Amino acid sequence: MNSKSDDPMHIAPELLESLEKKGVSRRDFIKWCTGMAALLALPSSFIPRIAEAVASQKPYLVWLEYQDCAGDTEALLRATKPTVSQIILDIFSVEYHETIMAPSGFAAEKSLEDVVKNQKGKYFAVVEGSIPLKDNGVYCCIGGKSAIDIVREVCGNAAATLAVGTCATHGGIPAAAPNPTGAVGVQEAVPGATVVNLPGCPLNVENLTATIVHYLTLGRLPQTDRLGRPLFAYGKRIHDNCERRGHFDAGQYVQKWGDEGHRQGWCLYEMGCKGPETFHNCPTVKYNEGTSWPVQAGHGCIGCSEPHFWDSMSPFYGRLPNVPGFGVEKTADKIGAGLAAATAAGLAIHAVGRAVSSGKKDKE
Amino acid sequence: MKDKKEIVYVWEFPVRFTHWINVLCLLALSVTGLYIGNPYTLAQSSSQYIMGWMRFIHFVAAYAFLMSIIIRIYWFIFGNKYAGLSEWAPFSGKRIGEIADDLRCYLFCCKRTKAHIGHSALGGLSYLLLLAVFFFMVFSGFALYSVNHTGAVWTVLGGWMTNVMYLQTIRLWHHLLMYAIFAFTLIHIYLVLFTESIEETGIFNSIITGDKFIPEKDLE
Ligand code: HEM
Ligand code: SF4
Repeated sequence: MNSKSDDPMHIAPELLESLEKKGVSRRDFIKWCTGMAALLALPSSFIPRIAEAVASQKPYLVWLEYQDCAGDTEALLRATKPTVSQIILDIFSVEYHETIMAPSGFAAEKSLEDVVKNQKGKYFAVVEGSIPLKDNGVYCCIGGKSAIDIVREVCGNAAATLAVGTCATHGGIPAAAPNPTGAVGVQEAVPGATVVNLPGCPLNVENLTATIVHYLTLGRLPQTDRLGRPLFAYGKRIHDNCERRGHFDAGQYVQKWGDEGHRQGWCLYEMGCKGPETFHNCPTVKYNEGTSWPVQAGHGCIGCSEPHFWDSMSPFYGRLPNVPGFGVEKTADKIGAGLAAATAAGLAIHAVGRAVSSGKKDKE
Repeated sequence: MKDKKEIVYVWEFPVRFTHWINVLCLLALSVTGLYIGNPYTLAQSSSQYIMGWMRFIHFVAAYAFLMSIIIRIYWFIFGNKYAGLSEWAPFSGKRIGEIADDLRCYLFCCKRTKAHIGHSALGGLSYLLLLAVFFFMVFSGFALYSVNHTGAVWTVLGGWMTNVMYLQTIRLWHHLLMYAIFAFTLIHIYLVLFTESIEETGIFNSIITGDKFIPEKDLE
């Protein structure tokens, strides 16, 4: 009776067993599959398909790191208690990850080569960090090869490349002006590769897992926006999903850190929040197992998932960028008010000059 | 002795209409824009909707402003000779020479030799520049608007700009050029009064009635 086709939630016993060993119960796993379906905006009928897809496939995954701070790796590894997403990623065959793998030296490089050779067109490459192009890419080399050479080979032969973190998607902090190493994101470095961009500083691991789950379940990568970011994760503006939005519309703003409004949880717009120009699912998915996200914690969004955020979204605690050519102290308003005052002064001088000259004429 | 003057119908209805619509729109856009740019807490409770209304008024005025600009451009073509683009753009050497004369006149407070029926050359040029600023305000405004209104209409009206400039840069210039419009307005009103005092053609009233009083010798 209880055959596979009757039970919509049939999950391979071997998978359950291995999950159980890591402390994930059947219930946890189904909850996780449900969460993934919700995150991907798939109907609930997809939940068993997700479970099945994840259980039946074991894709190879290589994780490459270049000019970065390992923040995305940290995001993957550093939860107090590993999330189900992390464990699922673990189930994938992570063949190469400089920070966590056991082999080192030539053995490590060999395992990467093996994947590229033996799993050609089938493995996933995850890239963290930007790729320097200046001076033939000498600014970042691993095992005697430059980042750009490795990326061309590894990403060029992958089923798909997932660029994680804003450095890997658009150059990020290494690419900030004056970009001394000529850093770029993966898509720009390897134009021919299939790249999905998962920016963020760091990225949200839930979005990485969901992208892979989407691929395993539906056999294709999720739909992306014009910046190559999956719409399920980057399709909505932070400002439109923010829990402080009511205070924005009402007209209640934090004016100073720690003021009454700040204690009341009012809108952080005046404090430089870049939620109005940033697309990410932080307010709904949050971080650390849905515990919190920056605005909930009382800090404005800095727009870290937008390209070139370091240059374009700064100053992080000011609403508008500094006016080019003026000192940092000068805000747009001071300059504007100065312009208007100078105009008024000019006109006043003109009026006086005119009064004087017409006075002279009257005497003549 | 005063010259004998003739009434000339200079500013047709669409010119005067769009002028005053622009004034109203710019007033509404600036007041609400200043609040959007530097909001302070006015609300007593979260159930109010002050920023909501400010933005709503800003956007309604923005659409009205755009329509006004479109009507005025249409009137470049179908209006009388004082409404045409050639009154604004200094296409001829003669017009450029006149600009120099106008500048001298304003800077040294001298009397003009000849009253203008339409725009003075410098005045016309300043309206051309102002139109460029208006275009920038519309495109940049709709670029900001297109962030969460992603239809083709808004892409054409301004969304395309986000491919050229960072959104924050667009926001900065949308903010800064408001002050340029303030400066223009001050100079504009001052020079209207100044010109009236030396030409005495009734230009102050002309933007209401359309009529100017032109000395017979200046009628060409
Ligand atoms: C020439 C007249 C206009 C003036 C003086 C003006 C002024 C302003 C100012 C000062 C701001 C605040 C900028 C900031 O600091 O963030 C603003 C915001 C804005 N304006 Fe305008 N504006 C004008 C026309 C327009 C037009 C034609 C549109 C078209 C829709 C528009 C749409 C917007 C939008 C969408 C915002 C941002 C609102 C937000 O982020 O919530 N503006 N405007
Ligand atoms: S805190 Fe930021 S994202 Fe939230 S409503 Fe205010 S401006 Fe928007």
